[in-house]
Amino acid sequence: MADDVIIKVSDLSAGYGEEVLLEHVSFEVKRGEIFVILGGSGCGKSTLLKHLIGLLPPMAGQVLIDGGDLASASGEERQKILRRIGVGYQSGALFGSMTLAENITLPIEEFTTLPPEAREAIAWTKLKLVSLENYTGHLPAEISGGMQKRAAIARAMALDPQVLFLDEPSAGLDPITSAELDALILHLRDALGVTFVLVSHELASIYAVADRVIMLDKKAKGIIAEGRPQELRDQSKDPFVHKFFHREAA
Amino acid sequence: MTEVAESLKVESEEGAVRLILSGRLDADAVSGIWDEALGAANGKVTVDASAVEYCDGAGSALLCELRRRAGGEITGLRPEIAKVFELFEGDEEKDENAAKPVDSPMESLGRAGAEFFQDLREQVEFLGEMAVVFLSFRGGAQRLRWNDVWVTFERAGVQALLVVGLISFLTGLIMAFQAAPPLKQFGVDIFVVNLVGLAMLRELGPIMTAIVLAGRSGSAFAAEIGTMKVNEEINALNTMGLDPVRFLVAPRVLAGIMVTPVLIIYADLLGVAGGFLVMLIRGFPPTALWQQLTSAIGVHDVMAGLIKGFAFGALVAGIGCLRGLQTKEGASSVGVSTTSSVVSSIFLIVVVDAIFAVVYYVIDF
Repeated sequence: MADDVIIKVSDLSAGYGEEVLLEHVSFEVKRGEIFVILGGSGCGKSTLLKHLIGLLPPMAGQVLIDGGDLASASGEERQKILRRIGVGYQSGALFGSMTLAENITLPIEEFTTLPPEAREAIAWTKLKLVSLENYTGHLPAEISGGMQKRAAIARAMALDPQVLFLDEPSAGLDPITSAELDALILHLRDALGVTFVLVSHELASIYAVADRVIMLDKKAKGIIAEGRPQELRDQSKDPFVHKFFHREAA
Repeated sequence: MTEVAESLKVESEEGAVRLILSGRLDADAVSGIWDEALGAANGKVTVDASAVEYCDGAGSALLCELRRRAGGEITGLRPEIAKVFELFEGDEEKDENAAKPVDSPMESLGRAGAEFFQDLREQVEFLGEMAVVFLSFRGGAQRLRWNDVWVTFERAGVQALLVVGLISFLTGLIMAFQAAPPLKQFGVDIFVVNLVGLAMLRELGPIMTAIVLAGRSGSAFAAEIGTMKVNEEINALNTMGLDPVRFLVAPRVLAGIMVTPVLIIYADLLGVAGGFLVMLIRGFPPTALWQQLTSAIGVHDVMAGLIKGFAFGALVAGIGCLRGLQTKEGASSVGVSTTSSVVSSIFLIVVVDAIFAVVYYVIDF
């Protein structure tokens, strides 16, 4: 795997039980890139994401994160690979009974020997990154949906991952909050060199942040387009890609 | 100069402290030097970070704390690390009150009192709402969902038969085992039948059944409705113009009222059977036991238990549903509601039973 490639997906087939959603999917994500997975409903975006983060084993093929294969790794080796990634779920998935600071210190407490004071200081810096440093003692239910998404990103960053996977980060957010989240993603990539893999439908966000996108299709069971979003919008001859980027009815 | 660890050296000269950080400031290295570095930074401190090669989140947190606590000047950071460190500019104004203040004991007491009375008020309001709903049932949108009633009746009743039966049978059996030897000393061990019969029919049958119902079904109602509240399904009902009390609570409460007396009769039978088994083992003929039982208990004893059953059924189902509707946000509040439904139900079962005992005594029932 070339040094500048952090994720390599080779000939991946994925699905549930006997149902195959994706066949022979291959692509690479470069370090420091903001990579977006696009597609219509039911095309396998979330399934692909689950394979990338090791929640589902591939039916065939391989997913390598910085050279490590989550599907075949176990024990210490798997933990090592998992520490290189952070995941922000669509709902935020913050632990409702814990404060924002506790949500962040939880993985730090589990995977490091840092003293409590240091863990709290790290939680503060992570929340500062997403402008929530004044909400350390709040429960997730006490903050807005947009703040919860930012807090989820802060938690995903707790162990300084190399890659952040975000599932529908802008879903359900107002345009201003969504734009702020886009700015945060760019800021974290530029300042910390984090690689982002996003699953998104929000065209405005995609144009704002994506370096490269792939578009999945349900019928093709795979990638039907790949490139910069503006290029796909202006140059793609594929009817589905054209409709998607121009918001036209099927 | 003191070398605390490979990545930290401390220099003191005329009261001025200089910390020299080097190498990789990652979580492992920072774990070893955190206390020493911050301990040395009691007064004015300067931090030489020119030999720091790498700095992760833990390293950044250490530098931030050194700058915040001691106003430490951090010099020599590599440009790429300085760029990351700039993200935390302004941390000197770290808001120590960002964590919510903890209540004083008096505030906690006041809050607990206010919550108690608020809860009492909500229970009374809920009772009123229930009464209105039951009195206003008619066809169409106001109809009772009988299908839900039967489903709940089955879940709370039929599926509880095993546990209610086993507990009641063993209760009767234990009571007879415990009572028989002392009564035998006076030659009146046949009166064990009176004891088991009256205790099961008037007190233990209803109470044990109600407690099992609270643990099995009341908690299930609270968890089910609480999860619906968290998932905004209750809001969806409201916005569809469907009253959650009529839609969710009424069928469960009605099923509770219907099923509890049936379960109580079943518990009474099994409890008495448990007592009979002990007496049979002790050599008493079945006919003698039956005659003793029928002479000791009357229809009014059966009725005394059944009347309690209606009240307990309404109470357990009502409390379970109320706690579900009172659920706040998040998964943990569903747990709180479930626990609260069981605790409240058991407490109120005992209180209501005490009231029944007084009333029965006064009216000589």
